[in-house]
Amino acid sequence: MKASAVIKKYTMTIALVVVFVFFAILTEGRLLYAQNISNLLLQNAYVLVMACGMLLCILTGGNVDLSVGATLCLVAALAAQLLSKTALGAFATIAICLAVSAGIGAWQGFWIGNMHIPPFIATLSGMFLFRGLGRVLLASKTVSIANKTFLDIFSSYITVPGVDGSVYWSALIVGIVVALALIVLTFVNRSKKAKKGYEMKSAVAEYAQIIVIDVLILAYSWQLAHYKGIPVMLLWILFVVLLFAFITSKTAFGRYFYAVGGNEKATKLSGIDTKRVYFWAYFLMSILAGFSGLLVAARIGSVSGDTGLTYELDTIGACFIGGASAYGGSGTVSGIIVGAILLGVINQGMSIYGLDNNWQYVVKGTVLLIAVIFDVVSNHKTGKA
Amino acid sequence: MADNILTMTSITKLYPGVRALDNVNLEIERGEVHAIVGENGAGKSTLMNVLSGTIPFGEYEGTILYDGHKCHFKNVRDSEKLGIVIIHQELALVPELSIGENMFLGNERKGRLGIDWDETFSQATKHLKRVGLKDPSTTLVKDIGTGKQQLVEIAKALSKDVKLLILDEPTSSLNAEDSKMLLDMLIAFKKQGMTSIIISHKLSEVAYVADKITVMRDGATIETINNADHNIDEDRIIRGMVGRELTDRYPKREHAVSTDIGMEVANWCVNHPIYTEKRVVNHVSFNVRKGEIVGFSGLQGAGRTELARSIFGKSYGTSITGTLKIDGHEVKLKNERDAIEAGIAYVTEDRKVNGLVLVDSVARNSTLARLEKVCRRGIIDVNKENKVAEEYKEKLRIKTPTIRQMVNNLSGGNQQKVLLAKWMFADPDVLILDEPTRGIDVGAKYEIYSIMNDLVAQGKSVVMISSELPELLGMCDRIYVMNEGAMVAEMSAEEATQEKIMSAILKSDKSGTKEENKGA
Repeated sequence: MKASAVIKKYTMTIALVVVFVFFAILTEGRLLYAQNISNLLLQNAYVLVMACGMLLCILTGGNVDLSVGATLCLVAALAAQLLSKTALGAFATIAICLAVSAGIGAWQGFWIGNMHIPPFIATLSGMFLFRGLGRVLLASKTVSIANKTFLDIFSSYITVPGVDGSVYWSALIVGIVVALALIVLTFVNRSKKAKKGYEMKSAVAEYAQIIVIDVLILAYSWQLAHYKGIPVMLLWILFVVLLFAFITSKTAFGRYFYAVGGNEKATKLSGIDTKRVYFWAYFLMSILAGFSGLLVAARIGSVSGDTGLTYELDTIGACFIGGASAYGGSGTVSGIIVGAILLGVINQGMSIYGLDNNWQYVVKGTVLLIAVIFDVVSNHKTGKA
Repeated sequence: MADNILTMTSITKLYPGVRALDNVNLEIERGEVHAIVGENGAGKSTLMNVLSGTIPFGEYEGTILYDGHKCHFKNVRDSEKLGIVIIHQELALVPELSIGENMFLGNERKGRLGIDWDETFSQATKHLKRVGLKDPSTTLVKDIGTGKQQLVEIAKALSKDVKLLILDEPTSSLNAEDSKMLLDMLIAFKKQGMTSIIISHKLSEVAYVADKITVMRDGATIETINNADHNIDEDRIIRGMVGRELTDRYPKREHAVSTDIGMEVANWCVNHPIYTEKRVVNHVSFNVRKGEIVGFSGLQGAGRTELARSIFGKSYGTSITGTLKIDGHEVKLKNERDAIEAGIAYVTEDRKVNGLVLVDSVARNSTLARLEKVCRRGIIDVNKENKVAEEYKEKLRIKTPTIRQMVNNLSGGNQQKVLLAKWMFADPDVLILDEPTRGIDVGAKYEIYSIMNDLVAQGKSVVMISSELPELLGMCDRIYVMNEGAMVAEMSAEEATQEKIMSAILKSDKSGTKEENKGA
């Protein structure tokens, strides 16, 4: 691959590195503190998780789900009330909350998929509806969560007795294992392909990529080891991200989202039930929004009527910065994760630097516009009439 | 010396890696109809884009001499000011606006306060009259058929005081009747002194209308043929286009039709999906044998596409009744998926709108109709998918650098092959091809025909819907003729002629000499 092609393919990754280094220098290294590195992903857990669902919605044709912040609030409120007002345990609460999320998803999916209500309007209605219900449920109060099991499930850190002391070696060990596993996997995969005579990327390019990823994993786990160890929430994030990366890239089910966004008529005439595709996009989105509600509730430890306010915009922003096409039909989970982390670094960098909150909005808006302009100009996406 | 309205000299246009135009020279005489022909990708449209300013001055080399002046068009507006108007293949009308509004879009008739609507509509009506349209200029564009829309485009060009009219494939979506009307209009305008350039794949039309024919190939002008008597031999033009003698436009095949019936449709009725009272297919019965190519002829709006789509898992229409037998067994198909599983494939007309996911790769398009064949428990085996795509790329000779290329970047003929690959991969017993060669060049057509022959040689049944009579006569074993939703004739290949088919259509037309365009 030529240098220009590499730059084009990895633009956002390169931008992420540049922004990261920029803020590391600007904050005189404070961004690199173990605590800050550890918090970077956790603080943006909701963006990372919901962006996976939002990607499906955007793939179907640039449609978004505006109701996710409100759904997040409603489910978080439900969790807080169930834990504080009833004798239901943490597990029952989680199950009920996810079931309610699924119900919300089925509601939205039905209107959008089966009744052809434009997604923008259906989810705008959901945004008011669920926000209102959430506030009613909280009776306009802030409800805090004290249930230890619930908090442990989402926001504790993994400690292995005997290994972990002042330094949490378990984190580093896991990091090393994962890094090695990646190399082995790549090797096995390549030899399998070679045996069947399939086309392969050049060995240098593929191993170079793995080594870069491994170095990042090791550096990250090194920092985790120096601040409380592996957060449980990180495992939840990884679970969702890997699951959706698998769905979108490897399954027929996932392929249909791309096809519908690329050409809905052709997809329907290829024997694919396009209504179901829309239904599932919004169904899964709401479940992830509800799940994020649990993560946010556990991390903050309390829920108010303003929980999750404007989170839908962060999520949508992350997707578009991460290269999802505003016209639908293209975008990857790995791309939007880079987008989400980029937004996260900018947020955290600005906070640590102490930039005024209002200016943070200005910066975020500018970054979003630049990212989308770049996408449109460099890829000649078919947005023209 | 001839009075040239336009002289283009040494036009060269480079795209990264491609020489789209290579030292092209073109001379257009005042008051003639000049046709430009060539295979897809020969550079016809690029040349017209240079002329109209769509490709601005500076991005190409060479000179344009128009009406005696050197021109440096920076955009379309510049060229329109001098009376050069281009009408693209895809019509540029806003469906939700009226004819009058469309005609003066960007060129509004201004009164003292805002737009002068009386002036707009009366001017519009005046121009509509010149193209023979009687509809009021307040009619919305979406309410008139494609044929009339094409006329509105021409009226719009007239309103701009056009001196040189460029038409890019003006008849590709028109039926024979409307096409003839449009061509006759060009001849009428010629008598009034207007010059036109027409780009077309339909050589019979070119022969009919053009005074001179310029042949382009691989970004260069090959020759300009005189056609003053309008009787040029089509093979003469083809020879220039492909650079070789094309001895036979239709590949030969063994007519080995089996006695077994592949698909049989009886008493099929379909109503319009929106105007549910209106019957669009009326008690139609037909059959296709194994190893047989059956053609469907008819004017646009005859109900052929509607018939095909209603058979294909009820993807069109309401109140569908009748029986459908595949391989002798009656089947009930609820949706497209059922149809594919029953062994029917419907290769859609209009590949860009209904056929392909343009922003996706060749490989991913190829497997879409039967993705489960490369899946195990819902998980796609990408390696297997790529292998399948490679196979079809070889078999159908799809010209693409890699199977990961976006379909958008392929030429029309190759896109059509990808569409065929997709449906061949679905492994159907019955293939319904709806206008499979529309808008693709002679060479690619020949290849598509060969693929069809291969399919019937394997014992599959092929239904071919086409508006081009020569192609039906050249390819089919049997031809059905439809008109106004009903089957009006059936004839074998031996007895069929263009005249017989046309007279079957015209005689069945109850209202007799109906000039009105029925639209799509």
